[in-house]
Amino acid sequence: MTGMTAPLRTWRGRVAVGLLVMLALLPWYSPWLDAAGIISQRFALTVMTRVVILAIAASSLNLILGYGGMVSFGHAVYIGIGGYTVGILTYHGIGSGFVQFPLAILLSALLALAIGALSLRTRGVYFIMITLAFAQLLYYVAVGLEAYGADDGLTIGRRSDFAGLIPIRGPNKFVAFYLLSFVVLLLVLGLVHRLVNSRFGMALRGTKSNDARMQALGFPTFRYRIVAFAIAGALCGLAGALLANHTEFISPAMMHWTRSGDLIVMVVLGGMGSLLGPVYGAVAFLLLEEFLPAALAMVLTWLHAGLTAVLGAAAAGDLDAWLKMAEYWQIALGTILILVVLYARGGIDGLFGRSRHG
Amino acid sequence: MADAMLKIDSLIKRFGGLVATDSLSLEVEPGEVHALIGPNGAGKTTLIAQLSGFLRPDAGRIEFAGQDITDLPAAARVRLGLARSFQITSVLRDFTALDNVALAEQARQGHSFRFWRPARADPSLREPARAALREVGLADRADVVAALLSHGEQRQLEVAMALASDPRMLLLDEPMAGMGPEESARMVELLRGLRGRRTMLLVEHDMDAVFALADRITVLVYGRALATGTPAEIRANREVRVAYLGEGDG
Ligand SMILES: Nc1ncnc2c1ncn2[C@@H]1O[C@H](COP(=O)(O)OP(=O)(O)OP(=O)(O)O)[C@@H](O)[C@H]1O
Ligand SMILES: [Mg+2]
Repeated sequence: MTGMTAPLRTWRGRVAVGLLVMLALLPWYSPWLDAAGIISQRFALTVMTRVVILAIAASSLNLILGYGGMVSFGHAVYIGIGGYTVGILTYHGIGSGFVQFPLAILLSALLALAIGALSLRTRGVYFIMITLAFAQLLYYVAVGLEAYGADDGLTIGRRSDFAGLIPIRGPNKFVAFYLLSFVVLLLVLGLVHRLVNSRFGMALRGTKSNDARMQALGFPTFRYRIVAFAIAGALCGLAGALLANHTEFISPAMMHWTRSGDLIVMVVLGGMGSLLGPVYGAVAFLLLEEFLPAALAMVLTWLHAGLTAVLGAAAAGDLDAWLKMAEYWQIALGTILILVVLYARGGIDGLFGRSRHG
Repeated sequence: MADAMLKIDSLIKRFGGLVATDSLSLEVEPGEVHALIGPNGAGKTTLIAQLSGFLRPDAGRIEFAGQDITDLPAAARVRLGLARSFQITSVLRDFTALDNVALAEQARQGHSFRFWRPARADPSLREPARAALREVGLADRADVVAALLSHGEQRQLEVAMALASDPRMLLLDEPMAGMGPEESARMVELLRGLRGRRTMLLVEHDMDAVFALADRITVLVYGRALATGTPAEIRANREVRVAYLGEGDG
């Protein structure tokens, strides 16, 4: 079939396939990185599992934001619903993943239906504010859940049990869970790909382009938008269920509005309305978040050493004072984001060439 | 008398103190090309917006093919067979011309809750869409993104999309607006070819086109129907000539 090799014909496709292969093979080359003293395998898997899970969440947001033009500023609320479903069920002794995951997905979809029904009649800033308000409402509900740790959250004793199919303890736990998350990411990407190119997806993308015209063509646009909104909520709930398993911990912080903002940043950074954009966005955002402070500290140390060599210790001043600047790494991150938004309108994905359709 | 295709009864629309539609009553017969003329700001577009469900009238009633549609949402009216085009070009700018018309065809075929098969590879959407583009003379521009089409081509696409809904009645809001003479002539030919097959309410400033196409003409001034009649009657109407056809001072 030519369909299998088609992505390899463009740079954009090659980069996408390359990234997915890199992610798929991580468990096999990470021991090598560990041995070389670059990064411990455990740490690499932990960071990248988080990246993969948030890539799922960002992909779900991309469905409504990138393809549907709905700037939901409360998308992390579904991460919270998914996470709390797993945490609360485990707390009450219901540990089966075959119960927890479907329920997490279902509850997230239902909540998205409710929020969508109340917010999708509005546009622009109003829509952003209403989705944010609902997310804050649920955040405070979680804060009020005294039985489940309130503000402090709840440590989950054990991971979801998939009838022993996936090791949930022991040395293989991290590799197994990373691979599980990665497979879920692939399935979600496949699903989003089918969705956005189907009749449903064309209708959804049409509403982003020109909602009034779509109505004039006979599309009851609200129905398509709310169904997309619910699907996105469901997929994000799935990411939440994975995240709770990954951290073995749930807390209201999972659905704080800043987490919703992070998801928007990942989508915009990676490239709105491109299939792989959210994956690039999640990788770039989380790796910057993880390693930017250390990288800044390293650069500052070099600068300090250079200045000391040239002008002497007195002129260079105290290294600790220099390193304090690295604490403001978020300013550097913010600067990078603004540059991407201003100069790379298609996000990271846009750097690798234009997409075929819009 | 045969039942009217479209029946407008005492329609009122106010914008603050301005009465844009002032107790307007009007009937369009099946198969008729009914032109709506009037000076700028007469309320023509406002009327089209109410007929197509984009504006709610403050009072009055709209009936289409015997059914009260006054409170029906826009999309539902299209499914009943009442389609519109826009005075200010309103196409899906980041879709190709073919995609634009294929979406019209997709809407015509029923609901779009089909989540799996790629729509752009579906001949049941692409073939009729290509035919519709051929009909308006855009066949060789099918794969051009709508935003990159010339103004005249976008106007043609605008009409192709309304046509692709296969409506019983078309509400055309100045289809020739901003077109060059050649494109205009082509559009007149296209609309002439639709005569008898589709009922039309045609808003147009180009009097040559109006007199060439219309079976009847209604003159709208300040939201009110000043006169309705055949082209000959309208031409002969003193009031109309004074108010609109620019022979006022004589
Ligand atoms: N949304 C609105 N809010 C307030 N006033 C409006 C609105 N839409 C139209 N109007 C006013 O209603 C009147 C009728 O406008 P309309 O666009 O229907 O005129 P028209 O006959 O289509 O004119 P033209 O020939 O210039 O297209 C105008 O005075 C216009 O300013
Ligand atoms: Mg007008």
